[in-house]
Amino acid sequence: MIAIIDYKMGNLRSVENALKRLGADFVVTADAETIRRADRVLLPGVGNAAEAMHHLRQADLVQTICNLRRPVLGICVGLQVMCRHSEEGDAECMGIFDTRVRRFPTSPTEKVPHMGWNSIHNLDSRLMSGIHGGEHVYYVHSYYPELCQDTIATTRHGLMFSGALKYENFYGTQFHPEKSGDTGERILKNFLTL
Amino acid sequence: MLTKRIIPCLDVKDGRTVKGINFENLTDVGDAVSLGQHYAQAGADELVYLDISATAEDRATFTQLVERIADGINIPFTVGGGITTIDDAARLLDAGADKISINSAAIRTPELIDQIATRYGSQFVVVAIDARLSTADNLWHATTHGGSRETDRELFSWAREAEERGAGEILFTSMNHDGTRAGYPCDTFARLAEHLHIPIIASGGAGSAKHIAEVLTMGKADAALAASIFHYGETTIQALKQTLHEQGIAVRL
Repeated sequence: MIAIIDYKMGNLRSVENALKRLGADFVVTADAETIRRADRVLLPGVGNAAEAMHHLRQADLVQTICNLRRPVLGICVGLQVMCRHSEEGDAECMGIFDTRVRRFPTSPTEKVPHMGWNSIHNLDSRLMSGIHGGEHVYYVHSYYPELCQDTIATTRHGLMFSGALKYENFYGTQFHPEKSGDTGERILKNFLTL
Repeated sequence: MLTKRIIPCLDVKDGRTVKGINFENLTDVGDAVSLGQHYAQAGADELVYLDISATAEDRATFTQLVERIADGINIPFTVGGGITTIDDAARLLDAGADKISINSAAIRTPELIDQIATRYGSQFVVVAIDARLSTADNLWHATTHGGSRETDRELFSWAREAEERGAGEILFTSMNHDGTRAGYPCDTFARLAEHLHIPIIASGGAGSAKHIAEVLTMGKADAALAASIFHYGETTIQALKQTLHEQGIAVRL
């Protein structure tokens, strides 16, 4: 059973639909015990990182998530709250990935938010199994995780940042695999079979 | 590098797509989900579904359709048509839409942009502007009701206001060019791109791959939306993207 953590951070429907298309069994839950017992845990999220951390603390889920030993996948803001710190709302985050989340600088050439299809490179994890460097995935975000030793995919939008991260059983994608066509579907499938 | 997006637009009436020829391997082109899946498989970067129904019953049908689209399609999609309140936006978000597009209602009630963007984020709000270049004052005037009513709103100031109110993208259609298949007003698009910080989707006027290449380069647009050149099979998305790629334009192949 897969647990999708519902912590009131945006619409979970697209993640649910993607799992349905893969024929996966899942529950949407904020219950710590259900999350602890799940084979896989998904932490989606759109919106503001500080607000997301606030909701996770309110639901008393921070320690539960940090203690998980089964594969966990954070998506977008779900990844960002697994980093050390986010500039968005100056948020102290869970510190699973050893990196910071920063705002894209304003630039005449690179628009913010970074929205649309961009390529991933330097792929380095079973999560990316079968994916070729240069394949495109769908991004929508204004804040990015910096490169670090946990980086397993890179993307360039003016500067280079972590498109995906991994530390032990924790994974995160800054892009939206649930909206990234066949490439995203493959990544989600890889996560389900890690 | 961020790629330029190619976005087919599908008009929906009574829960069915209204334009479209029969593609190979696609038996029911009136089925919005099948046609969307066909375009997604062919390399569309996003889809836009425009509800052109007139009645409340049909709007309810459209919401159910949006749920089916969200179930069946693995790329982002925008829905537009008839969204006049934040409740309409909420209903479509709950049904699974990634973005909504507002047009006449935003001109009538600009605060609607602020409301939706504040609650759901700018990435959820596309403001569509149908503008016509007026021969009287040589200014682009935003229009409503499918171009039939001209307003006092001038394109550049209105687009800037929409951005400041929280729009995430501007979808600009020149009513002078829409339906002509003679190309886009690239100078105007380029000026608009320099005037704004948010992405611009070019619409209306594409008759060929060359036109789309022009608006993505000279016109500095971030994306191109088209209907008839795909629906009537004049070009395929793959062929279009290959042409763009050969011209050095970054696209997802």
